Amino acid sequence: MRRVTVLSGKGGTGKTTLTASFSILAGKAVVADCDVDAPDLHMLLHPEIVETMEFKGSKLAVIDEGRCVRCGLCREKCRFNAITESFKVDRFSCEGCGVCVAVCPVNAVVLNERVSGYAYISRVRCGFMSHAILNPGEANSGKLVTLVRYNARMVAERENINIILIDAPPGIGCPVIASITGVDAGLIVTEPTASGIHDLKRALQLLKHFNVLPLVCVNMYDLNRDNTGKILSFCRDNGVEVAGEIPFNPKVTEAMVRGETIVEYSPKCDAADEIRNIWERISTLLELKK
Amino acid sequence: MVGLIVSVASGKGGTGKTSIAVNMAISIGNVQLLDCDVEEPNAHLLLHPEIIGEEPVYTLTPSIDEELCNHCGKCSGFCQYNAIFSTHERILVFPELCHGCGGCILVCPKGAIKEGRRRIGTLKRGYRGDLELVYGELDVGEPMATPMIRYIKRLIDKGRNVILDSPPGISCPVIETVKGSDFCILVTEPTPFGLHDLKIAVQVLEDMAIPFGVVVNRAGIGDRKVYDYCNDRGIPILLEIPYERRIAELYSRGIPFSLEMAEYRGRFRKLFSDVERLAGG
Repeated sequence: MRRVTVLSGKGGTGKTTLTASFSILAGKAVVADCDVDAPDLHMLLHPEIVETMEFKGSKLAVIDEGRCVRCGLCREKCRFNAITESFKVDRFSCEGCGVCVAVCPVNAVVLNERVSGYAYISRVRCGFMSHAILNPGEANSGKLVTLVRYNARMVAERENINIILIDAPPGIGCPVIASITGVDAGLIVTEPTASGIHDLKRALQLLKHFNVLPLVCVNMYDLNRDNTGKILSFCRDNGVEVAGEIPFNPKVTEAMVRGETIVEYSPKCDAADEIRNIWERISTLLELKK
Repeated sequence: MVGLIVSVASGKGGTGKTSIAVNMAISIGNVQLLDCDVEEPNAHLLLHPEIIGEEPVYTLTPSIDEELCNHCGKCSGFCQYNAIFSTHERILVFPELCHGCGGCILVCPKGAIKEGRRRIGTLKRGYRGDLELVYGELDVGEPMATPMIRYIKRLIDKGRNVILDSPPGISCPVIETVKGSDFCILVTEPTPFGLHDLKIAVQVLEDMAIPFGVVVNRAGIGDRKVYDYCNDRGIPILLEIPYERRIAELYSRGIPFSLEMAEYRGRFRKLFSDVERLAGG
């Protein structure tokens, strides 16, 4: 089984557009939307949910007002400032550590499990999709990503599908790390802007740190050709393969508005053409075709 | 004066948070800008500040005295994050899982655990004229952004207006950033992805009872559904920035567009005075 993660460091560079297109080009695949904060892939792939599961990723302290003697020990010991003046738990600050439970002299505090989101397994036109939604404001997106990846793998094994395509969230922190560990390749989608270059370098370091084979593609490369040149030579100097350069094309946004992938909406446009080339390279590299 | 704390957030990444935060900061002047996107900080790439200070950022993590430890397992049993693993003979700490709650120290009957510290990144401070920029760079491979954001926010200068540039998404790092703001500007683009992620961000802010308004960036692309949604919900659209190749090109070169397109400075000042009015009411 092969696993490819599409990541970016910087947000909004085109991860989801590419992942969705790859899933269509692959023909048969399991797609995992690991951007559980702001999942968008379903708007292009229109999943039909077949299985839903609750995600209990963290706990929340609850104070029994009847028992509480307002001694203030919990508030003093809480490192997250989660206990208010009126001895209520601020659920946006509570990290569910249980220190308040441990220090309360009258056993007025308990830790409750909270449902922090839902994970889904769905059918999509290229096969299956594993996805999730984190309840707004919840913590522990990394754990939910791990569940999404576990589900993807389980479905791939069950259905005998040999490729998992993973759409990562932006950034390089905990949910991104959970999206790249143990994959065969990481395709970094960047754009020729000062921020794009800066974030690309950090994303490359992250892949190196976790021993993942890096690939780079430049989206909207014609927005600033000097910067694209800088990205290409940086990659060359560092022995990183550039999988392709996608031109800016307003059809990509049109396709999104229509809820379609660009390779279906406008298969003959230059952007779709280059996305197909990139997918060819990835498939060759990972020996997907035999 | 007592300043206003305004955060700039969005569900979706790449909608233009940093660009809005920076251009607003430049336009209103005498302001403190805290870049809370510690995973991928970008404000300094537009501001080119003169860096006046740099310091390592640490988070607290347990340090175990193996001589004193009797392997009772109370600490590992207590830890909600599985950051301590203990058997009858051995005890292991996984610092990158630790949230630094200090609970293990409290429950250890032998006093074998002390508070140690672990480096998670670097904090930088700089100036561009009277604009102060504070930003953090999380070490690559380090999963915990939240303690670093908390550290940055300790430097909030209450005597001035403060702008917080949030990371994308809606989970812990975003909550940590927007918490305590007087107002939040949500930046979106008029596309299905932009709208979908805007709705998620709106839920979070309503839940947290933080007043907010919307800036539509790249207006003209996509469709009208973001406007319909804001109108239906009575959400104020504070500013529209059209999709213009010139703006995108200036951004690509690391130049805040309001420096070259002076007409925008007045618009950003108006944006901020609208925010002041809405935050007060």
